[in-house]
Amino acid sequence: MSVQVRHHPGINLSHARPEDERHTEVTVFGFWTFLMNDAILFALLFATYATMVNRTAGGPTGPELFDIGNAFVETLVLLVSSFTFGMGAVALKEGRERAVTLWLGVTLVLGLGFVGLELREFASLIGQGATAQTSGFLSSFFVLLSTHGLHMLVGCIWIVVMLVQVSTFGLSRQVRSRILRLGLFWHFLDLVWIVIFTTVYLPAVAS
Amino acid sequence: MNSSMLFGKLTLDALPFYSPIAAGGAGVIVLGGAVVVGLITWLRAWPYLWREWFTTTDHKKIGMMYVILALVMLLRGFVDALMMRAQQAIAMNAEGYLTPDHFQQVFSSHGTIMIFFMGMPFLFGIMNYVVPLQLGARDVAFPLLNAIGLWLTAAGAALVMASLVIGVFSTGGWTGYPPYTELSYSPTVGVDYWIMALLVSGIGTTLSAINFIVTIYKMRAPGMKLMQMPLFCWTALCSSLLVIFAIPGLTVAGGLLALDRYLGMHFFTNDGGGNVMNYANIFWIFGHPEVYILILPAFGIFSTVIPTFSQKKLFGYNVLVYATMCIAVLSFTVWLHHFFTMGADANVNAFFGIMTMVIAVPTGVKVYDWILTMFRGRLRFETPMLWSIAFIVTFVIGGMTGVILSIPPLDYVFHNTLFLIAHFHNMLVPGMLFGLFAGYAYWFPKATGFRLDETWGRRAFVFWVAGFYLAFMPLYVLGFMGAARRMAYYDQPEWQIYFVVAAIGALSVLLGIGCQVIQLVVSIRHREGTMDLAGDPWGGQTLEWSTSSPPPEYNFAVLRQVSALDAFQAAKEDGRPYIWPTHYEPIEVPRNTALGPIFGGLAFVLGFAVVWHIWWLAAVGVVGVIGTIIVRSFATETTRIISAEEITATELRWHAAVRARQEANS
Amino acid sequence: MFKDTMLDPAGPVSAATRDLFFDSVGLMLIVVLPVIVLTALVVWRYRAGNAAAAYTPHWGGSRLVELGLWFLPVLIVVMLWFVVWNRTHDLDPYKPLSSGQPPLVVQAVALDWQWLFIYPEENIASVNRLVFPVGRPVTIELTSDSVMNSLMIPALGGQIYAMAGMQTELNLMADRIGIYDGRNTMFNGDGFSAQVFNAEAVDVAAFQAFVAEARNAGETLDGGSFKTLSTPTIAGPVRLYSGVEDGLFQSIIASHGSMPHMEADTTTAPHAEHNP
Repeated sequence: MSVQVRHHPGINLSHARPEDERHTEVTVFGFWTFLMNDAILFALLFATYATMVNRTAGGPTGPELFDIGNAFVETLVLLVSSFTFGMGAVALKEGRERAVTLWLGVTLVLGLGFVGLELREFASLIGQGATAQTSGFLSSFFVLLSTHGLHMLVGCIWIVVMLVQVSTFGLSRQVRSRILRLGLFWHFLDLVWIVIFTTVYLPAVAS
Repeated sequence: MNSSMLFGKLTLDALPFYSPIAAGGAGVIVLGGAVVVGLITWLRAWPYLWREWFTTTDHKKIGMMYVILALVMLLRGFVDALMMRAQQAIAMNAEGYLTPDHFQQVFSSHGTIMIFFMGMPFLFGIMNYVVPLQLGARDVAFPLLNAIGLWLTAAGAALVMASLVIGVFSTGGWTGYPPYTELSYSPTVGVDYWIMALLVSGIGTTLSAINFIVTIYKMRAPGMKLMQMPLFCWTALCSSLLVIFAIPGLTVAGGLLALDRYLGMHFFTNDGGGNVMNYANIFWIFGHPEVYILILPAFGIFSTVIPTFSQKKLFGYNVLVYATMCIAVLSFTVWLHHFFTMGADANVNAFFGIMTMVIAVPTGVKVYDWILTMFRGRLRFETPMLWSIAFIVTFVIGGMTGVILSIPPLDYVFHNTLFLIAHFHNMLVPGMLFGLFAGYAYWFPKATGFRLDETWGRRAFVFWVAGFYLAFMPLYVLGFMGAARRMAYYDQPEWQIYFVVAAIGALSVLLGIGCQVIQLVVSIRHREGTMDLAGDPWGGQTLEWSTSSPPPEYNFAVLRQVSALDAFQAAKEDGRPYIWPTHYEPIEVPRNTALGPIFGGLAFVLGFAVVWHIWWLAAVGVVGVIGTIIVRSFATETTRIISAEEITATELRWHAAVRARQEANS
Repeated sequence: MFKDTMLDPAGPVSAATRDLFFDSVGLMLIVVLPVIVLTALVVWRYRAGNAAAAYTPHWGGSRLVELGLWFLPVLIVVMLWFVVWNRTHDLDPYKPLSSGQPPLVVQAVALDWQWLFIYPEENIASVNRLVFPVGRPVTIELTSDSVMNSLMIPALGGQIYAMAGMQTELNLMADRIGIYDGRNTMFNGDGFSAQVFNAEAVDVAAFQAFVAEARNAGETLDGGSFKTLSTPTIAGPVRLYSGVEDGLFQSIIASHGSMPHMEADTTTAPHAEHNP
C-alpha cells in the first residue's frame, strides 16, 4: 500500500510515518467532503438572498442600510486572520510549538474581532428598526450573515480547543491533522465571506 | 398559546384525546414500547444490548440496526396507508371514520416515514452491511461517525413517533409546502415535529454519506480499481454523493421555514415579502435527487442479485456504471417538473420536461442490461430473483407514467391527482422497496448464517405484487377521472369502486407483510436446516461471500489483492477461492463507545425541546452536543487490538465449516 | 366511466391534451412493450430447468448491442423532445385560445375553502359556481387570499396554482354545454375535500340570464363583504353578488405583500405576476 501513497495538496505533514499519512489522507478527504456539503448550504442561502433582495415589503433597502466601511474592515480582519493562520500552518510544518500557539492565538483574536464587528453591525441595523422580521429581504440577509457568523464562532471555539490540545499533547499527529483541517475550515469561511462581500455589500454600494 | 418557563407549550392537552382513534394509536405505541422494554428487562438483556449493539461501531451491526429500525417504521407507515385506504373506501358522501385533521396527519406521517424513516434507513442499513464487505475492507472510514448517523436517524424517527403520543403531527404532507405550513395556517406543533425530525435525521444521513464516500474512495481492497468495484458499491457512492449535494436543500428549506415559524421571519409567508415559490424550488432541488438517493442503491441490489441467480456475468458493467453516474448528475437538472403548474414560462417548462426525459434514457438502458444479463443464463427463482423480475416489469410501467408526467401539458392535467400518487408509488415500491426486500433476502444468510424460509418468502412476494397492482392501478384510473390526492372524502359515486379495489390491494399487502413476519419466525425456528457458516450460500460473485457467515468483527483476516471485477468469482474460477495463510497478524478495531446513543439522545431532547418551546432544555441539548464533541476530542484510546490467537481460532472454525461444505457438495 | 374528463373532452384544450396523451403513450410503448415481452420470454426460456437453452456465463457485454441499447431510447426521447417543445407552447395555459370571440375574463380568488369568481366586465361575482358561455374562451386570472391552491376543471383542461400576492392565468374553453366538476387540487387544510364547484358551460341566453340573476342578488362585494366571505368556510353555499368594488381583485393581491420590484420573480415563475 505504501507504494501508492498519494499526497493531498494541503496536508503537508513533515516527519509523517506512512500510516499517519494514510490516516490523515482519509480524514482530510472526509473533511473536504463535508466542506462540499457546507458549500451547497451556503450556495442555497445565497440563492435565497438573490431571490429576496428586492422583497423589502416597503421596508428599508440594502443601499439605505449597509455600511460598506464596516464590511470592508470585516473583510480586512478576516483576510489578515487567514494570513496569520497560514503563518501558524508554516510553524506547524516546522514543528515550532510556541509559534503555532502564538499564531493561533492571533487568529482567534481576529476571528472574535470579526464576530464582534458583525454583532455591532447587527445591533446598529436593529437599532434602525431593520430586523429579521421586517421583510423577506432582511430575513435572508440576517440568516445568510449569521449562518456565516455562527460558523466563525464554531471556528473560534475550535481554535480554543486546539490551543488547549497543543499544550496538552504537544504537536502530536492527531493535533497536527486537526489544526490542518481547522485551517481548511477557516480559509473556507474566508472565501464564503468574500462572496458575501461581493454579492451583498458591493451591489448595494453600486446601485 | 401560553408558554411556561419549565414546560414551554407542553401541557396535558398535548395527550391525544382529541379522537378515540388517535388515542388508540398512541396507546398501541406506548403499550408496544412498554412490552418491548419489559421483555428486555425480564430477559435481563440490557447489558448485552448495550455492550454488543447500542455502543458498537461495527458497520455490520450498525447496518442490522438500521434495517430493524426501517422494518419497525415500515409497519408504522403501512398502518397509515391502511388507514387512508380504509377511509377513502368508505368516505363517499360520508365523513368516514377519520376526521379531516386526523386523515391529514396520517397522510403526512405516511409520506414522511416511508421516505425518511423506512426507505433511507433500510438502504443505509444494507449499504452499511454490504459495502465494506464488497470492497474487501475491514471497516468503514469513520466508524464513530457512522454510529452517530444511525442514532441521529433513530432520534428523528423517535420524534415522529413521539408526535403520535404527545401533541400532533404535521398536516402539510411530506413536502410541507408553505404558506400552509406557516404559523398562521398551521399553529400546532405538528409542523415543528416534522421539521425537527427531518433536520435531525438529515444531519445523520449526511454523516453516513461522508463516511461512505470516503470508505469507497479510500478503503478498497489493495489493487481494486474503481472500475472493478461491484456495481452496488457504485450505486452506494452515487447515492452518497447525491446526499452530500441534496440534503442541504432540505436543511435550508426546513430551517428557513422553522425561522419563519419561531422567529417571525418572512421567507415563505404570504406577507412581509415572503416567497413561497422559493420553498418549492429549494425543496425540490433536494426532493428530486432524494428519489434517486432511494432508488440507485436498489438498482445496485438488482445488479447484484440478477447475475447471481442467472449464474452469469452482469451484462454491460461499464454501461451500468456510466448510466448510474448520468442519472446522479441529471437528477439535479429536473426539479422544476414538480411544479410545472406554478405558472412558469412555456420555454422553462419545456426545458425541464426535456431534461426529465433525458433521465429516462440511462434508466431504460439499465433495464435492457438487466434483461440481457438474464439472457442465456441459468435462472434460479429464489425470492431475491422473484423480487427483481417483478421489479423490471412493474418499474417500466411507472417509468412510462413518469414520462407522461414530464410532458408539461399532460402534467397540468395529472398533477396533484391520484395519477401522480400512483406514479411515484409505481417507482418507489418496485424500484426501492422490492430492491430492499431482494437485498434483505439475499444478504440475510450473510448476516445470520441461515437463510430466510423460501415458501413464506414466495407467499409474501405473491401478496405484495398482487397487492401493489390492486392498490395502485385503480389510482391511475382515478387520476384520469380528476380525483385529487389527499381527499378525506368525496362526492363522486363512480370513484368509490376504485377506492374499494385499492383498499383490497392494501389488505393483500397486509397479508404480504404478515407472511414476512411469519417467514422471519419460521426461518429462525428452522435455522438448523439452512445453516451455512461457510459463507457462500448463493454462489456469489463478490467479496462479501468470501468470508464466513456471519463475518467476524474484522471482516477479513487477510486483505485480498484484487485485480478483476467480481473478485470472488474470478478467484473461484482460478480454483483458489480462499486465502488461508498459516499464521495471522493481530488486527486493530475501533472500541465500543456510548457516543452514538448519547448524540441520539441529545438530538431527540433538543428536537423535542424546540418543538415545545422548552428553551432551557434546548440549551442543555446544544451545550451537551458541543461539550460531548470537545470531550471526545481529548480521548486517546479509541481502538483495541484483536489478538492473533483469537483470529486464528475464529478462522480455523470457519475453515472447518468450508471444508465440511465442500465435502457435502462433492 | 371517464365522462367529462380528459378522455371525454368538453373543450379544445382537453381534446388536444388527450391527443398528446395517446401520441406519447404510443411512442413510449415502442420501448416499454418489448421490455415486458422480452422479460417474460427470457425468464421462461432461460430457467435453470431448461437444459436445451444456450448458456454463456462469461458473456458480459458487446459493443454493438450496447450501442443499440442507447440508440432506441435516445431515438424515442428525441422524438418526444419535439413533441414536448411544440405542445408545451401550443398548450401553454397562458396562451389565449383562438376563437372569433374575445375571451370572457374571470378573476378567481381561492379562499379557505371556497372559490370566488369575479366577472369584471359584467361587474358581478359568484361563489362556488362558475358560469360561462359555451364556445367562447374564458381567461381565468387566479390569485389566492390564503395558502397555495390549484384550480382544475378536468373536462376542460389543466390546472394552474393560485398564490397569494401573485396573479397566474389559465385559458380554457368549453365546446359543449354541460355542468362540469371544478375543484382545488392542492391540499390546503380541513375544508380541502369539499372545495368543489360547478363549472357551467351554457348558451349565450342562459349566460345572460345568469348575469341578470346575479344583478338581482342584492348584496355587493366590497372590502367588508369580502372579509366576511373569506372567513374559513367548509362546503359553503353558492352565492351571487350584484356588484363588485372597483379594483377588488388587485387589492386582494396587493394585500399579501406589497412588493415594489416585481421583476425579482422572473427567476422562479415569470408568468406569476405581481400587482404593479
